Amino acid sequence: MQQTASVTKPSSSLRGSISIKRVSKVYETSGGGLTAVDNCSLDIEAGQFVAIVGPSGCGKTTLLNAIAGFDTISSGAVLFDGEVIASGKKQIRPGPDRVVVFQNGALFPWKTLMENIIYGPVRQKRMSRQDAEKIALGLLKKVGLEGIQDKYPDEVSSGMQRRVEILRALINQPTVMLLDEPFRALDAVAKSVMHQFLLELYDDSPRTTMFITHDLDEAIFLADKVVVMTTRPARVKTMLEVGLPRPRTRDLADSEQFRKIKESLLGVVHEEALKAFQSGEREMA
Amino acid sequence: MTDVAAAQHAGNGGADQGLLLSVADVTKSFGEGEERQVCLENCSFSIARGELCTVIGPSGCGKSTLINLIAGYESPESGSITLEGSPVTGPGSDRLVVFQETTLFPWMTVYGNVVFGCKVKGRSPRETEEKARQILSKVGLYEFRDRYPSQLSGGMQRRTELARALINDPKLMILDEPFRGLDAMTKELMQEFYLKLFEETGLTTLFVTHELEEAIFMADTLVLLTHRPARVKEVLPIDLPRPRHFSMMASKKYFDLHSHAMELLVEEAKWAFGSEGVSEFDTVAGS
Amino acid sequence: MSSTTLKMKGPNVGGTVSTYVRNALSLKTLEGISTLIAFVALWQAVVALRVPYLSNLPYPGDVWRNFTDVAVTTGYWINWVDSIKRIFVSFIIAQVVGIPLGLFMGMSRPFKQMAFPVFELVRPIPPIAWIPLAILFWPTEELSIYALTFIGPFFVIVLNVMQGVTSIDQSFKRAALSLGAKPSDIFWKIMLPGALPSIVTGMTVGIGVAWNVLIAAEMIAGHTGLGRMTWEAYTNGNIPLIIVGMASIGLAGYLCSGLVRAVGQRCMPWQKRV
Repeated sequence: MQQTASVTKPSSSLRGSISIKRVSKVYETSGGGLTAVDNCSLDIEAGQFVAIVGPSGCGKTTLLNAIAGFDTISSGAVLFDGEVIASGKKQIRPGPDRVVVFQNGALFPWKTLMENIIYGPVRQKRMSRQDAEKIALGLLKKVGLEGIQDKYPDEVSSGMQRRVEILRALINQPTVMLLDEPFRALDAVAKSVMHQFLLELYDDSPRTTMFITHDLDEAIFLADKVVVMTTRPARVKTMLEVGLPRPRTRDLADSEQFRKIKESLLGVVHEEALKAFQSGEREMA
Repeated sequence: MTDVAAAQHAGNGGADQGLLLSVADVTKSFGEGEERQVCLENCSFSIARGELCTVIGPSGCGKSTLINLIAGYESPESGSITLEGSPVTGPGSDRLVVFQETTLFPWMTVYGNVVFGCKVKGRSPRETEEKARQILSKVGLYEFRDRYPSQLSGGMQRRTELARALINDPKLMILDEPFRGLDAMTKELMQEFYLKLFEETGLTTLFVTHELEEAIFMADTLVLLTHRPARVKEVLPIDLPRPRHFSMMASKKYFDLHSHAMELLVEEAKWAFGSEGVSEFDTVAGS
Repeated sequence: MSSTTLKMKGPNVGGTVSTYVRNALSLKTLEGISTLIAFVALWQAVVALRVPYLSNLPYPGDVWRNFTDVAVTTGYWINWVDSIKRIFVSFIIAQVVGIPLGLFMGMSRPFKQMAFPVFELVRPIPPIAWIPLAILFWPTEELSIYALTFIGPFFVIVLNVMQGVTSIDQSFKRAALSLGAKPSDIFWKIMLPGALPSIVTGMTVGIGVAWNVLIAAEMIAGHTGLGRMTWEAYTNGNIPLIIVGMASIGLAGYLCSGLVRAVGQRCMPWQKRV
């Protein structure tokens, strides 16, 4: 698809670089400090799709929250286009330039899908209702979902709900998309549909994307760069440039190149999962 | 298709005395008249002794009904289900089910749950205690024996449930999406845990799931079901070597099997969505 | 997101749960005490400022003096003993009759179909509406009070137990059957413990209802008891004593509910988190 046809393209394709510099996060508990993230550094280039893989509870979400502005960090700094947005002293407010799509869907069940999509920008008076509806229709059309806009969330499949939710995020024309395990709990086929959908949107107008997942296949298939985190306290364990060509189609997941990448990462991820599992069992005791 | 599948499988499984479970031409529907919905239709497959058979199919395709029939909670409308040649007539501890939602009794401790089966069958307390100790150690939960289920992590609950079944020496273990709801990494470790158990004991297992990775990684035989009404679409022998190791998920053979099975699943899903007039696949079709 | 943060915090708290609980408790008591002081101060102010319609209210000090006066009389404490005796006897009988009935109605469909319509017809009658009938029906006024105090919690407990039994997850029964359980095992080891949370809820609500009915019954038909004491204070026009009576009833009800809750928690150790 041509980039010019895009209605959601960020105003400048150079914007949206994220730099995480020696970030630590310590949660205060009555038993003392609990270090969730320890001296973690990571650079995401503007427009890059980065997948973050790691055991649950390892602090991946902490990083995402710091960028989104939902939570503070204890030390270090998060830079957004060269500007400090989070440090030990500073916490940026959540904004439509850095939207988050969570793992449990959050469409308003009492609003139609169209009303759901345009809710944010209309409510915040960033767009008129007519403009928002026009853009929303364009988005729906682009992904082949035109015709469902007047339905309520419960009337469509869960896969469609997830896609509408992503469109709801995109209408804000965010500089950064933050996705926190968005496709968890979907079955194999529905997941594959979601991947195609997300890739199409990304290829149409590449924007900085941080995608948190447990699923290595998904990470490799979607991302430019896969970052494997250690179990808590979280640090970057391995980073790998995927180097698969774009646009990507489903057969790519069966290719030898894909298999080689998976082979090289499988052991690393497994090692951390095992560590997390064992420390989890110890903590329960 | 079903006959072919059955024949294929009989060819693989060898002589009949190796056969443990046989599901033959089973049909089951719910409702009457206009409301009647056929859930399973002429469904046939079999499991040989010592085999790990996974069943995969689109969600809502009737997998749970199949399990309820084999477990004996419901009876088939036509066709037959036999275990070691004798028909299944009701629930019994020779076929134990581990469900996706935990059915650990919340009011009993881990130990109480595990010994429940032995207790109600009036086994000797000393023997039961010894066996429970062994099995709890095996699943790594001996030191958690006095906890209540709500005080355990998800993975531990799953293992308690396995222990509760294992202590009864079932002939067939039925796992109904047992690791659903666990995060992907814990799930992987639980898969390895069960594989190790299976490879040690050779306990015949029917493993039902909607996740293809899991289905291939665990199985000797993969049974693919069609969309509702569920029939056997294809029986795929999984000839990955045992003992299985996680690195096999990046092997050439695994990739080939995965790609083939995925094609079949997508085909089923496309057909299903098409029949319901919802074009979930329109977006994929173009790419 | 929340689940991960919870998980991160959870284990570390483990070692110091007791100190944590202590801190929370002391903070809670501190808050409670300051709220109480504020309430008394507001009361004092309302009386002192002669707020319209509330000008008959006595000062907190008057009430307190009245309390210290009656607290040294045996009569006051006999009222306590009598009320609590009535509550417990009736409440326990209501449980003994109500719990098995509820279990039976929950488990046997034919029995439920037979008994439930009558039950539903009688249940909406407020327990207080039974007072005239009860007084005429029973030979002594004491017995009528017992009967009335029985009726209140009885319906609550039967309904709760019945609902508790019917809402037990089918999969527990299936799992037990697969493991070889006999019908008696299903009853004693699955249905009964499975319904226990509902039984305890029924008891907690029931004890409150029991106090409601008891006080009304005592006021009309009683010769002793906290309800009677408050009523007599009214007939004598002794407003401070009325308030002492009300506060006593409130305290007695609070203590009884606390006791029932504590017993309930004792019976259900599995609901306690580590």
